[in-house]
Amino acid sequence: MSRKARVIHGCEVAGLDVFVPVVRLLSGEEPSRQIAEFGRSVGIPLLALGVFLLVWAGVASQIETSIGRVPGPAAVWEQGKALVGDHYAERTKEAQFYERMEGLKEKYAEEGRPWKDRRYSGKPTFLDQVGTSLATVFAGFVIASVVAVPIGILCGLSPTFYAAMNPLIQIFKPVSPLAWLPIVMIMVSALYTAENPFFEKSFISSAVTVALCSLWPTLINTAVGVASVEKDHLNVARVLQLSRFSTVRKIVIPSALPFIFTGLRLSLGVGWMVLIAAEMLAQNPGLGKFVWDMFQNGSSQTLAQIMVAVFTIGIIGSLLDRMMITLQNAVSYDVRSS
Amino acid sequence: MSVLPELGGSPRPTPPAFFEMNGVGKSFGPTESATEVLRGVNLEIREGEFVAIVGFSGSGKSTLVALMAGLLDPDQGSLRILGEPVTGPGPDRGVVFQNYSLLPWLTVRENVLLAVDQVFPKKSAVERADHAEHYIEMVNLTAALEKRPDELSGGMRQRVAVARGLAIEPRILLMDEPLGALDALTRGTLQVEIERIWARDKKTVVLVTNSVDEAVLLADRIVPLKPGPRASLGPSFPVDLPRPRDRKALNGSVTFQRTRNEVTQYLIEMQSRSTPAMSALGRSLPDLEPADLRPPRASFRS
Repeated sequence: MSRKARVIHGCEVAGLDVFVPVVRLLSGEEPSRQIAEFGRSVGIPLLALGVFLLVWAGVASQIETSIGRVPGPAAVWEQGKALVGDHYAERTKEAQFYERMEGLKEKYAEEGRPWKDRRYSGKPTFLDQVGTSLATVFAGFVIASVVAVPIGILCGLSPTFYAAMNPLIQIFKPVSPLAWLPIVMIMVSALYTAENPFFEKSFISSAVTVALCSLWPTLINTAVGVASVEKDHLNVARVLQLSRFSTVRKIVIPSALPFIFTGLRLSLGVGWMVLIAAEMLAQNPGLGKFVWDMFQNGSSQTLAQIMVAVFTIGIIGSLLDRMMITLQNAVSYDVRSS
Repeated sequence: MSVLPELGGSPRPTPPAFFEMNGVGKSFGPTESATEVLRGVNLEIREGEFVAIVGFSGSGKSTLVALMAGLLDPDQGSLRILGEPVTGPGPDRGVVFQNYSLLPWLTVRENVLLAVDQVFPKKSAVERADHAEHYIEMVNLTAALEKRPDELSGGMRQRVAVARGLAIEPRILLMDEPLGALDALTRGTLQVEIERIWARDKKTVVLVTNSVDEAVLLADRIVPLKPGPRASLGPSFPVDLPRPRDRKALNGSVTFQRTRNEVTQYLIEMQSRSTPAMSALGRSLPDLEPADLRPPRASFRS
């Protein structure tokens, strides 16, 4: 493969198809066609975004609410910068606090007085909340995957096992996170009673709720992927007398991988959506709690702050999806080339 | 396992055949409306022999291969290899499948190694790698060692399948219409290659094909498969041509033309005889495993 072809292939696998025309253009390939192509894949979306912002700005200025006028894009952008600014201000304060403590500690030591470490107790900033949400969704996603992939494989391998699991899947799949959450919180309180817990209880409840809601797409896709392994490929395994375990490991799982990753991608999307609701209801730290706190605040900034959160949630969600698409492309193979 | 009595009833001479099928039959479908694809198939193959089984589409060729490979169990009759009954698939019978059946997520090397690793677990990793490469070289694919099937042409994929089939060093290599999906030119090239490899290895080969020319070009003996339903094998037609056989020279050869005409004549005669039965059945017979030409199933969304 030429270098250009490799770069283009890399773009496609990474889901950055948008840049393929740029690569071609830079290499001087059919400039007019590549420019048209780039215009369609980049220009049009940008234009649409611009129209959206204009409409938003126009409509927002017309609506008066109990807590002031609905913010337009500019106000939300300012608010976003302010929230990020707050974060760094808070970090500086934290650093100063620990600096002060170091000084005090030395002073105490000189004077021979006992010293007890104190932790900075500032409230979590917006970016901290984003970090917590990401950690929680990944924890939930890992739990979901660890449960769903093996069960999905068993379902795909054994119609009997699938028949046994099917009613449970059908019943629990549509349950909303809001219904799971209270049960999970009570169970976590009852079962997670470590003396000095490494994880917060709220973190565990959110993660488990995310897992409960997001494991289904992975489970079902894995089952379908495993069940639809090419019969010819299984015949190859039979001729070679591969053991059952080897057949699963060397033939079934690799061939189901694209399905499994499609499931994982859907699961992560569901998990991210569910997490915000769970955090909001459970007052678990994270973006959901941020939105709820701002709502309770009812200040003139509220709407802009919540809108910043909405965009953050959306952008992170689509980045997560992009990441999973890249993984999915990396493991997929041309199904027709067997 | 009991051997059904031969139709003729006379006892066979004692040394067991290298590979034999006795009164083998196979039906598909529910018992009350079963379609009998094969009935009373008898075949004996000597060691080192290149046998071609020729038949029309839908005559049960693939079923026959699946039975020989042990991928299907016969309803009646028995199969034996060196006197041992065949009870299932095994690496003593290598199979080159009709649609290659390469694993698309593995490279050429890995596809062959998968088979070699499984069949020669006692060899060291280096020996196994050499072994695999040796067979890949034999089919002239060393340059494509690290390529995946989707980067290969149909002919190249089929060579990988042949290399994989040979690499497990089976007693018999079963080839199910190996060149069926290829264009005429590639087909010709691969035919030459198959003969060359066979001449070198003297492996026992069963080639199932729908091309009489291909059978005459490659085989020591041609066995026509009478058209189904209830297909069985016809009389053997020995191919008395010197090797290596040159395609161009053969076209002028009287023996080549005679053999080809005899086999073709026989097949056409059998076909016309069986046509009434087929139309009485009211439907065409499915081949064993119709190739799935649907686009790959979209992922399940929930």
